Amino acid sequence: MHITKETLDAQAKELLEQLKDKTLSPRDRAQIPLQEMPTQAPEIRVGNMEEVALGYTDNQVRLEAMRCLQCKNQPCIAGCPVSIDIPAFIAEAAKGDYGKSVEIIKKSSLLPSICGRVCPQEAQCQKFCTVGKMNKDVEQSVSIGRIERYVADYAREHDLEKVPPIKPESGRKVAVVGSGPASISAAADLRREGHTVVMFEALHKAGGVLVYGIPEFRLPKKIVEHELQNLKDMGVEIRPNYLVGKTRKITDLMERDGFDSVFVGSGAGLPRFLGIEGENYVGVFSANEYLTRSNLMKAYAVGKAQTPLYQSEKVAVFGGGNVAMDAARTAKRLGAEEVVVVYRRTEVEMPARREEVNHAKEEGIKFLFLHTPLKITANEKGRVNGVELITCELGEPDASGRRRPVEISGTEKVYDFDTAIIAIGNDSNPLIKATTDGIEVNRRGNFIVNEETCKTTLKGVYAGGDIVLGAATVILAMGQGRKAAKAMNAYLKDLA
Amino acid sequence: MNKILAKQQLSKEVFRMEIEAPEIAEARNPGQFIILQMGGDFGERIPLTIANADLEKGSITLIFQAVGETTHRLALLEPGDAIDNLLGPLGKPTDIKKYGKVVCVGGGIGVAPLFPIVEGMKKAGNEVTVIMGARTKDLLIMEEEMRATADDVIVVTDDGSYGRKALVTVPLKELCEEDKPDCVVIIGPPVMMKFAALTTKPYGIHTIVSLNTIMIDGTGMCGGCRVTIGGETKFVCVDGPEFDGHLVDWDNMLLRLGTYKSEEAEAHHRCHIGLHIKEGEA
Repeated sequence: MHITKETLDAQAKELLEQLKDKTLSPRDRAQIPLQEMPTQAPEIRVGNMEEVALGYTDNQVRLEAMRCLQCKNQPCIAGCPVSIDIPAFIAEAAKGDYGKSVEIIKKSSLLPSICGRVCPQEAQCQKFCTVGKMNKDVEQSVSIGRIERYVADYAREHDLEKVPPIKPESGRKVAVVGSGPASISAAADLRREGHTVVMFEALHKAGGVLVYGIPEFRLPKKIVEHELQNLKDMGVEIRPNYLVGKTRKITDLMERDGFDSVFVGSGAGLPRFLGIEGENYVGVFSANEYLTRSNLMKAYAVGKAQTPLYQSEKVAVFGGGNVAMDAARTAKRLGAEEVVVVYRRTEVEMPARREEVNHAKEEGIKFLFLHTPLKITANEKGRVNGVELITCELGEPDASGRRRPVEISGTEKVYDFDTAIIAIGNDSNPLIKATTDGIEVNRRGNFIVNEETCKTTLKGVYAGGDIVLGAATVILAMGQGRKAAKAMNAYLKDLA
Repeated sequence: MNKILAKQQLSKEVFRMEIEAPEIAEARNPGQFIILQMGGDFGERIPLTIANADLEKGSITLIFQAVGETTHRLALLEPGDAIDNLLGPLGKPTDIKKYGKVVCVGGGIGVAPLFPIVEGMKKAGNEVTVIMGARTKDLLIMEEEMRATADDVIVVTDDGSYGRKALVTVPLKELCEEDKPDCVVIIGPPVMMKFAALTTKPYGIHTIVSLNTIMIDGTGMCGGCRVTIGGETKFVCVDGPEFDGHLVDWDNMLLRLGTYKSEEAEAHHRCHIGLHIKEGEA
């Protein structure tokens, strides 16, 4: 049952009144009910592209912040890839000093309004939260991410953000390749040291996966634009329509254009396909293509956008990660009557965030677990008209520790679908490797870097984010960007 | 922003534009393409093959036919105007080397991207024959340039309004019979490329085709351009655009090109209304 923002706010307000001036024991705090995220009602939101989660109200954020026990041992910080001082920012939020709260976050993370939205907190900071432990349920942990989002949004909307101080010009020039989360954080930290920073983006719009991949209903693009504007205000130059490796090679940037060092954050931009029959029929898309059409090219604005969209009624999405959820929910919004996520394991093993799965279910997305596609069929015009699936059971654990799906022969069955979206992950784009001597990569094409410094095998060249990690998360990419920038700043200082 | 330096109308629907793009001009090789985008947030991205480059002016030349919304908009720009977004050079260059006898086959607008390959093949020491075809005389482009560069030029038109009345496959077959080439390069409409490649197949002649599929990013990220080559999936944007014409699954490619047929027909109609161009005039 959907509860409106107004109701959630009224409930929070009432409880705040009751708790006012009371001294709360840790037990009392842990018993304050978790504040639910207000959302657009499912039947409304499937008809628009606007953000699903509406953000806490002032009453809600204060109440949720009161649930934090301010533990001495701070287990949450250990769970954060960039070690944000979580208890400190929550304490400020509880007081209502959101400006100060966001300042504390920004010491460690440059993009709180983005991370507050897309970080898998339940697998990071919130996984270790004492309140969750006391309630014996990780979903009852303090909603650190929602508080982070609130204070960051508040600071942005009330102009409380400060342009970070920039050191005097160092005379050094750095190229940042790509403009996603790893590159944004690297560029900011490099610029703060006074270096000239030029960010090269292949697409016509900067932001990387934040712009082409993650849908508007999960991350409004105006927030990404705002973060990029912050970079520009700091003096970072952003050059779109520039494909490093093609327009210019990395070695040319360094030898001819005077860049002293290069950070590569070009992402995991090579979609994997299943390698099954019929995969090139009309109506089969990589999730990258499907999402890029909708997000970057704005194809959802039918009649306005020039990039067309495939008209679908029954859509199968293969995969179980966040990208699969994004694709399925996008298809629904674009008018598909039935959208089915086909995943070869069970719901428990799905890598997608619980919240995304729940949102998808609320929106009427169906799930077919323990099934995997064998073949895609098409009509005489080569347009998809079905998918042959086989049932699986879980066998022994594989290298990832998850139980391996085993196909049960004799269970093959053809299902009616007119569209298939493949969301089974990405490999690294081979472009830079192919055009740069001296860069070593692993079997998957990921750059091999020093774990401490993110330095590649080529002098002066550093890398971070999905090009190193494979498809990972925004926060891990950001963490690597910062790590690399720190090492690059040291490297540039030591240059004669 | 890339400034337009010169513009020339080559036929009713075909335009030549010289565009300032010094880095692309320097980096490009025959066979490579660019992607351009205009019209703000809602504009599409389209690939166009680079027809030529001028290092001194720091410019590239594009020759395009006004067929879709973006090419229509492009056709309305004048020298001094600028293209919002231009990315390149993309794709792999043509495998230009000394083969011996080379036949370059161009159909319609495909003659434009063929030209730098003809130049390159000639420079590499090949004996180059060009077969160029069009529906009718008015649609024939770059004949003079071709004649100045190639050893021999054969012109055909579908309606016989100029040159020989034939499809390009007719003189191509004759050459295969009488004076077998060592390499054939074909650029043109997909159906023409399919049949030209089928023409050379029985003779076992190395045949290169340049595919122009639906693309978005052009960097290997979306996979929308994928084609089946010898049973394997390849991306035209990064593995191509040129492939062995005898290995291409033409029927699958033609089907994929028609993915958005109904949506595009509607958009084309819309852009004629929006841009005040009469139907039939580009």
